[in-house]
Parts: sequence; structure tokens; C-alpha cells
Amino acid sequence: MINFEYARAIDVADAIRQMAADPAAKFIAGGTNLIDLMKYDVERPMRLIDITHLPLKTVDETADGGVRVGALVPNSDLAYHPLIEKRYPLLSSAILAGASQQLRNMASTGGNLLQRTRCFYFYDVATPCNKREPGSGCSAMNGINRINAVLGTSESCIATHPSDMCVALAALEAKVHVAGATGERTIAFDDFHRLPGDTPQLDNNLQPSEIITAIELPARGFAANYSYLKIRDRLSYAFALVSVAAALELEGGRIKEARLALGGVAHKPWRKPEAEAALRGQAADSNTFAKAADILLGGAKGFAHNAFKIDLARRAIIRTLTQAANGTPQIQSSKKIR
Amino acid sequence: MESRARSATVSKPAAISVTLYVNGEPCKLAIAPWTTLLDALRDRLHLTGTKKGCDHGQCGACTVLIDGRRVNSCLTLAVMKDGAKITTVEGLATDGSLHPLQQAFIDHDAFQCGYCTPGQICSAAGLIAEGKAKTADEIRELMSGNICRCGAYPNIVAAIQQAMGAKP
Repeated sequence: MINFEYARAIDVADAIRQMAADPAAKFIAGGTNLIDLMKYDVERPMRLIDITHLPLKTVDETADGGVRVGALVPNSDLAYHPLIEKRYPLLSSAILAGASQQLRNMASTGGNLLQRTRCFYFYDVATPCNKREPGSGCSAMNGINRINAVLGTSESCIATHPSDMCVALAALEAKVHVAGATGERTIAFDDFHRLPGDTPQLDNNLQPSEIITAIELPARGFAANYSYLKIRDRLSYAFALVSVAAALELEGGRIKEARLALGGVAHKPWRKPEAEAALRGQAADSNTFAKAADILLGGAKGFAHNAFKIDLARRAIIRTLTQAANGTPQIQSSKKIR
Repeated sequence: MESRARSATVSKPAAISVTLYVNGEPCKLAIAPWTTLLDALRDRLHLTGTKKGCDHGQCGACTVLIDGRRVNSCLTLAVMKDGAKITTVEGLATDGSLHPLQQAFIDHDAFQCGYCTPGQICSAAGLIAEGKAKTADEIRELMSGNICRCGAYPNIVAAIQQAMGAKP
């Protein structure tokens, strides 16, 4: 880890001002990803601005029936918050599918969105990586790419976004509140993360010196019919090979509203409006689910070690939608998939 | 907490003064910003019960309690914990009596080499305080951040169940 300066910010305006004054600085909250990347010399900030004292630590109901989550609420507190457990159990479940309890105790809500990829080559500074060093090449494309993306890839990068929480937030159509030198703005969750294209060094559309202040959940929580299913190389404490967030509203055996998002397969949580449209108004059965899966996976492209993800994702989508329709969500402490 | 919130910028390589309340004792340290809590505990305070395993948050050997919550001390900067209460494995026993988890680990032979054990025990103390795990499956899931390369997992679960007062 390189030597760096350390500063504390006392409020959001102070944090933005300090960041604007030093482009080589980084914000630090939970630090679970940043410190790790600094130990590998992947991140080399000259200064860390400690934002853990900012007043962004509450979970509040909004006027229109939703919930606003402060950016510094720890992942574990959010997963176990009574409002989230009751109204957004998909979000609770996805959070508890990720990392370990120690890491969830440390990691912040905002920081979860800003996790960097776990691609082996991004972490290994001895190898070329367009995300770490633009223009140097992609080692994963012809390397060990079991964990890499099969959707939305580019010639430059086949990295995936590692978060579980973000897959649920995408399905729930959360909004990201950010503040910066030019004021505040709100970003739809689907527009927050981005595909790699020819600028894979950019994970998301946050501008330099902008800071996430809150995540807002809309009123619709899909608490009756949801499931988060995560498939990985060991039964706990591992990143997803494929994960599925499914949320349904049913009316007389038919699907009234549907949300479907994938993790572990792309540079961002993967959704397609056409896949959800194919579910609406249809009977909640495996034929319907298979059609939606095929649409969501349309254009998928496997590499030497990860083509299995396409079939795995198709089956996981059908299973997760079945769990959601039956009201039998995957329980994260149970390793049986029903 | 308010005193922790002062805005302060310090140039490298100047050390920053922090006070950590470690196992009930105030410990004042002048510390470089890049010092992890793990290194501060082991190298500055000579509390070597907390172990450095992977140093990347993947094994749980460095688990300590900060203000009662279990965290990975290898991914925590000491300078960010000014004023916090830290509990390490050395702080669990009281008046010469082992903590119930320490006794349970002995009773159930819940270790072989013992390297992961301080982290396992601190993590289990956090788990019990959280109160979310009731069944063996839930203990296994919520202890998955602590790796035991000797594979003592069944006995670790039994020891935690004993300390929880739960039926195995």
C-alpha cells in the first residue's frame, strides 16, 4: 500500500469541496474494497477523505410510500432493518447472499454500488487490463475467464460487477441520489452502472467529485412474490457465477407486474424491458418463464471457460421465477434449492 | 463521537494521534494513516492474539469487535477508529475465567492448529450479540467469513451452539 494523506470530512459540502480540491483523492467509508485494492496497488490514491462522519446513516420512509436509505447505512443494518425485511425482502435477501457478516458490518450502502470488478486480471498489476490501465489490453478475454461476463461485453473488457445488493436494487428500480459541486441529481438505477464499451475504466456514471448521498426505494416492494437465487463455486462467501433477482405481482394466477435482473453475468446488473414485458399478463408457469429467460439472455456470448453461464442462467431464471411465483423464496442460510 | 468529527488534514509522513479503547484500556497512538487496525494491534500494542491470515478480508483470522460489532481488522484503518472500543481475543476472559466461547471451543475440540481460532471466537461473540442465528444452518451461514483450513467446522458449530445455550 502506498503512503497517503488522510483527511476527515464533516459534512457533504465539506466532502465535495475537499474532493474538488484534490483530484488524486478518494473517499473512504467502509473501506472493504478500497483498502484491499490499495494493498494490491490497483488503487493508489494520494489522499483518503474519510466520509464516515457524514450524517447519511438513517433509513427513512418517504412521502410517497417508499424508503430512503442513507449512503452510510452498513449493509448488515440495511438487510436486518424492519422496514426492509417487511417491505423489500428481496433486498434483504440479496444483501445477505453477499460477502460475510464481518464485511457487511463494515460496508456502506453507497460503497456497495462502487465496488470494482473481481476480475483476476484487474487485481493482478503484472498483467494487462483495460479497466485498470486503459489501452493495455484485456487478459481475461483469452485467459482464465470462468468468472467473467457473457452479456454486454466489449472488445475491451469482459468484467462483471460483483454486487448482489445492486441486482436487487436494479429489480426494485431504486434511485441513486448524488451530490456534487454543481448541485444534486437523481440517477435511475439502470443508468447508474454502465457497460464497458471502449472506456471500461469507468464503472458507472458518477462524475468526479460527486458523492452518493442516498438510495431511494419506490413504494412497490414485491414482498409477497420474490426470490434471490445465487449460484457460486462454494456455498457461501463467494461471488456469484450467476445470480437472479425475481419479483412478481400476481393476480388470479396471471402476472400483473414483473421484474427480473441478473448478477455475475455483465458489467452491470442485467435487465431487459422486453423480458419483463414477456411476463406481464401471462400465466405464471415454466413456459412463460422460459420465454422471458431466452429474451433476457438474447445475444449472450460465452468465452473459453464461461459459456456454461448461459445455460446456468437460463435454468436459474426459470427456478427463481418459480420460487417467486410460489411464494417460496430462496433462504440464504439454506443450501437446498427448491 | 462529535470529537471524532473534526475536519483535519495531515501531511505525510506525519503520524496522527488516535486513542483506541482496547479491551477497556485507553491506548494513545501516533500512527501513520496507512496502518491497519490489525497491524496497530499486533505491532504497536503487542496484542498478537489477533491473527494476520490473508490480509485481504477473505479468511476472518483478523476478526475483532469494534463497538460490539465484528469486523475484519485487516481492512480497517486504525486512524478511522479514533475513540472506538476494540475487543480482541485477549479481552474476552474476565477475572481469570475463560469466556464461555473459549471454554466451549476447548470442550468441543473446535480447533487443530489454532491459527483461525481467535478470529472464530471473536466472530462467534459478534454472532451471538447479533442474535440472528438460531439453527446450525444459520450459524454456518453467518460464520462463513471465518475459514478453518484444518476443517474443524462441525466442532466449531457445536461449540457455538453450547455457548448460545442452544440444543445441538
